[in-house]
Amino acid sequence: MGGLEKKKYERGSATNYITRNKARKKLQLSLADFRRLCILKGIYPHEPKHKKKVNKGSTAARTFYLLKDIKFLLHEPIVNKFREYKVFVRKLRKAYGKSEWNTVERLKDNKPSYKLDHIIKERYPTFIDALRDLDDALSMCFLFATFPRTGKCHVQTIQLCRRLTVEFLNYIIASRSLRKVFLSIKGIYYQAEVLGQPITWIAPYAFAHDHPTDVDYRVMATFTEFYTTLLGFVNFRLYQSLNLHYPPKIEGQAEAEWKPEEGQMYAMDSESYMEKLSALSASLTRVVAPNPEDEVQVDEFPVDGESAEQEVARKKEQEAVEKQKKLFEGLRFFLNREVPREPIAFIIRCFGGSVSWDKSVCIGATYDVRDPTITHQIVDRPSLEKQVIGRYYLQPQWVFDSVNAKMCLPVADYFPGVLLPPHLSPFVSEKDGDYIPPEKLKLLALQRGENPGNGEAKSLGSGQLSHLRHPSPPPGCQSIPPFAPPSQVTNRSFGSTDLGNMHPGSLPARARLVLPALLRVRIPNGNSALLPFLAEESGEEEEEDSGDDDDEGSEKEGDGKLKKLEEQRSQGKKLPVKVSAGTVRLEDKQRAAQEEQSEEKRLAIMMMKKREKYLYQKIMFGKKRKVREATRLAEKRKAHDAATKSEKKTKKVRRE
Amino acid sequence: MERAGGSRRLSIPSTQVLEEQAQESDDLTDSEESIYSGLEDSGSDSSTEEEEAEDQGNGDEGTLKGSSLSKKAQAGVASQKKEQGQCQSLEAESMPSAQQDLPRRDEYEEDTSDEEDVRNTVGNIPMEWYQDYPHVGYDLDGKRIYKPIRTKDELDKFLDKMENPDYWRTVQDKLTGVDVRLTDEQVELVQRLQKGQFGDVHLNPYEPAVDFFSSQVMIHPVTNRPADKRSFIPSLLEKEKVSKLVHAIKMGWIKPRKPKEDTPSYYDLWAQEDPNSILGRHKMHVPAPKLRLPGHEESYNPPPEYLLSEEEKLAWAQQEAAERKLNFLPQQYRCLRAVPAYARFIHERFERCLDLYLCPRQRKMRVNVDPEDLIPKLPKPRDLQPFPTTQALVYCGHTGLVRCLSISPSGQWLVSGSDDGTVRFWEVSSARCMKTLPVEGVVKSIAWNPNPAVCLVAVAVEQSVLLVNPGLGDKLLYGATDQLIEAYKPPEEERLQPVTWAVAAGAEHSRGVRLIIRHGKPVKQVTWHPRGDYLASVLADDSHTQVLIHQASKRWSQSPFRRSKGQVQCVLFHPLRPFFFVATQRYVRLYNLLKQELAKKLLTNCKWVSSMAIHPAGDNLICGSYDSKLAWFDLDLSTKPYRVLRHHKKALRSVAFHKHYPLFASGSDDGSVIVCHGMVYNDLLQNPLIVPVKVLKGHAPTRDLGVLDVLFHPTQPWLFSSGADATIRLFA
Repeated sequence: MGGLEKKKYERGSATNYITRNKARKKLQLSLADFRRLCILKGIYPHEPKHKKKVNKGSTAARTFYLLKDIKFLLHEPIVNKFREYKVFVRKLRKAYGKSEWNTVERLKDNKPSYKLDHIIKERYPTFIDALRDLDDALSMCFLFATFPRTGKCHVQTIQLCRRLTVEFLNYIIASRSLRKVFLSIKGIYYQAEVLGQPITWIAPYAFAHDHPTDVDYRVMATFTEFYTTLLGFVNFRLYQSLNLHYPPKIEGQAEAEWKPEEGQMYAMDSESYMEKLSALSASLTRVVAPNPEDEVQVDEFPVDGESAEQEVARKKEQEAVEKQKKLFEGLRFFLNREVPREPIAFIIRCFGGSVSWDKSVCIGATYDVRDPTITHQIVDRPSLEKQVIGRYYLQPQWVFDSVNAKMCLPVADYFPGVLLPPHLSPFVSEKDGDYIPPEKLKLLALQRGENPGNGEAKSLGSGQLSHLRHPSPPPGCQSIPPFAPPSQVTNRSFGSTDLGNMHPGSLPARARLVLPALLRVRIPNGNSALLPFLAEESGEEEEEDSGDDDDEGSEKEGDGKLKKLEEQRSQGKKLPVKVSAGTVRLEDKQRAAQEEQSEEKRLAIMMMKKREKYLYQKIMFGKKRKVREATRLAEKRKAHDAATKSEKKTKKVRRE
Repeated sequence: MERAGGSRRLSIPSTQVLEEQAQESDDLTDSEESIYSGLEDSGSDSSTEEEEAEDQGNGDEGTLKGSSLSKKAQAGVASQKKEQGQCQSLEAESMPSAQQDLPRRDEYEEDTSDEEDVRNTVGNIPMEWYQDYPHVGYDLDGKRIYKPIRTKDELDKFLDKMENPDYWRTVQDKLTGVDVRLTDEQVELVQRLQKGQFGDVHLNPYEPAVDFFSSQVMIHPVTNRPADKRSFIPSLLEKEKVSKLVHAIKMGWIKPRKPKEDTPSYYDLWAQEDPNSILGRHKMHVPAPKLRLPGHEESYNPPPEYLLSEEEKLAWAQQEAAERKLNFLPQQYRCLRAVPAYARFIHERFERCLDLYLCPRQRKMRVNVDPEDLIPKLPKPRDLQPFPTTQALVYCGHTGLVRCLSISPSGQWLVSGSDDGTVRFWEVSSARCMKTLPVEGVVKSIAWNPNPAVCLVAVAVEQSVLLVNPGLGDKLLYGATDQLIEAYKPPEEERLQPVTWAVAAGAEHSRGVRLIIRHGKPVKQVTWHPRGDYLASVLADDSHTQVLIHQASKRWSQSPFRRSKGQVQCVLFHPLRPFFFVATQRYVRLYNLLKQELAKKLLTNCKWVSSMAIHPAGDNLICGSYDSKLAWFDLDLSTKPYRVLRHHKKALRSVAFHKHYPLFASGSDDGSVIVCHGMVYNDLLQNPLIVPVKVLKGHAPTRDLGVLDVLFHPTQPWLFSSGADATIRLFA
């Protein structure tokens, strides 16, 4: 048994990790510098799989970095810059102390600075990688762009952030890649699709910030330093991809013939160009003028493993996207002064609309309120004194909802002073079993081309039900809610084109004949139609339960009979034995089979191993919780609807 | 001062000047003007006159020190100054720098070696050294200075103190040992010093300061030195430097400083993309997860069901910030105009930053399992028939809970013992109670003799075991049993037995009781050997005589164990071989009766074994326990359970194997009986197959007790169960 004794913690995972302090010592950096370096280089701690092994047997809480990461940092040129900077600060302090102002000036002139270009290339080897990681960068830049120019961080940073975000917005407008917008209580979420990558960012509402004291702005500033560099390069590349000038140039106006007097009331000459750009009202010049004939017709190749159906769906989706891009084309908007100008102007321009505002609000207004060609005026006040005929006066939510619905929504719900319909998040995609708010159902119906105008209040419940029953109903039978009360079905006017469109092959008259029959069969067996949610959501359990109940019931019956018989027997043989005719017990074969199956399952579950049983129960618990959540929401909605209805009624009564 | 020094150097050569210099050095500190007194003609006239006067006054001294060093001359001046107090004060008033003289003078005064009246020459030593001598030192001539003749004792001192009015101002001079009476001036000085004042009365510490450089601009310079020549000649060095710079500029080596461009420049960074370069450097890279996208509840105008009710809001407020499902309160605003800024916006971005660079990342494998896949694939119960499925008969009659059941080997009769103090005999097929045997006390256990040739039932009641002939069925059979019992002949010599055998007589005999085995202690369980001659009984006791084995034919009992291994729960005979199972709380011990040794010790992994049953082939054993587990042992395999089943929700009371069919059952306090298919293969390599096939419910739990005993029919796939609800049920 020769050989050296193997020592513990000298190989394996213990040597792959390094604690933070050790890493810091290795790099000879102060904690602040180390953190800054980690932020810039994107180094983060790792959670080892076996913490105790890595921690050399100790269970103390420590953060671990990968040793490879730290070794990688050792070669970073920026580390030297950090050291130089330290020296610079020392010299500067000394010069200040000695009041050597010449030296101070000289030192300040030669302040060591570093560039992050190589880090960006290193962290994002391809452009797509950079795009994928753009969410945080954008959100941060949008936040910093709204900071006041005093205090919290360098003015240059804030200006740079503003410039970069404006450039990015201009790109989104030029490429028409905005897809979704959402008015949240936190801010406004935007989602754009750039080169096939969804990019989501949030911009705060334009109010002054209440700067918190428990936030370390230095950390944020370091992140912003990195993010601005990233965003700058991304912007450059994006502009290049569209053949746009970078830095952006406004179309139709060479810089020379730029009229400063127009912008004089808004900004200084040096800033007015930027202001004009940030007004988002003008298009950008291209390096090469676009030629519509140049647009290459892309050949379609069937993707492997894609069925015809999928292909059709994909094509349809593409068409929808193309259509959405031209959503506001030809519409002329005017923004009232109380409306947040920038986000709405941005959105409208992203979808091809033209937009203007009052001259006093911002630079770059293109037409006046009195312009007769205005089709929509966005208003956010309860009522308007003077209304021009020939244009819609709408609340801003209409713009957002229309974008999310990929269609211009009916305007009636959005008139000024009207109680708005709920604003739904476009980022939620409901899977089957999830709760879907009725407004969403309505919207889906609208998108499918149905007209939910009549009896929409009634259709809420049934629509929901139908959706739950058929998570993805085939397009042919969508309009037939299988469990809908007959009254509603008759209301729906079978003769109308509505259904006819859906069933191009079937005659309306025939449909009328078929449907009631169908309903008659289903309704009696489905008490579930009355309690749609309960029946659906308690699911199979309840079915099982009910099955059991029945079983027990029959057993009890049997028991009772037996008992009676036994009593008779035990009371004495004197009693005349009487045989009563038994009743034939009808057996539902299907149900029996089902019961048998469920019992089989239960028995099999009993035989599960402990670990698997635990996992199984966990999964089932999660499922049930989801169902419970959905039920809770549905019930809440029901209660709310009932309450509002009764309120309306009482109001009516009072009026009468 | 420098200038003064310079002047001194200049004046060294001539002795005549030296003479003057003695005075000059006196006033060197006075002012610079005095140094150039020869040159000057204004401002210091009066002072030079005074100097001259001094010169004349001290002419002899000046000549004396003419050859000595200047330092000594200064000292001389110092002493001289003492005498000329008046002159000095004059000087002090006239010259602003007169104060500077003072420290220097003090310096020489401290120098004790220069003290003028030094009588004792011992120097600066501790005077204690002369304590024991009559003298205190030596005078200038080297003669001893003697202490005063009579040293004063305490009395003298006291008298002195009382009589001498100057006693308080009398001090002993340590050097001479002479008493010195301090003068008034000296006393005053001491007092002043004690108060912390200056020793000199006349010294004013708060004299008005006179600036050297006054605020008035004078027309004349302080120094009147003419400018150097070099200041008029262009510097060659500078010329050289300038020409170098000019040359450098000409050559374009030096460029004017450009204003720094702080706007970053961007270019196409990804012009040469390298898709093969590894993203994130290594395979351990974990990209940061994106932030969750907002749901409907985050909308400024959400559907009403997403708003929190009052209770939910309260609950939200009371939750820890980290535990909250939503990190904000959903709110509804009527219009976009009413939406305020979100107060935690910066916080959230900051937290995201912290997450990005401080949060340890780990790749977590999400379990993506279809729960249906987790359910084991077992043969369908339908394929494993026959097994009892439905309740066929209920045997009613008992009034207390039915503790135990047993069935005749033929399967025609069933016997049950109950807490109501009766043993009932039933006909299985008709559920008819054939016979009721009242006994005195609770029937703990009952066992029908498995030998089909003998019709005998062992009943454990209180402290005795009754052997009962039920008198059912074939008359020949039970008659033969009676004959067999009567044919017993007691042996010649009485053997010492742990129990007493008694023959029932009278009423008891007529009821069917044949023999009574009286134990000293309550009997818990009784069981027959499969041959039907031996029976074992378990006593509720802790001693080694817990288990007794009786031979019915010889009416002979013995205690097989010498030592107790714990409280015995139940015992069992092996169906084929001479083995004997004894279950204590946690272990089952298997004894070889022939060799009289412990063969095996099974670890049940249970807290408290309640019952056990053995497979008819004798290789598999099941153990039920009060912690609702059922352990299946393969005796050939291991001493640990092959399988532990946790099917029941409550404690298991009894378990049973079927004689022919591969079935076993367990009855529990939850009122259910679970029938399992337990197939044991002859092939030793194949493990037993255990499949639960049916959950039988019927017994109503009463007082937390459900099923107390289960029993299979010896030939049919039927199951009997007795419960706390005083019924026996037959499942077929």
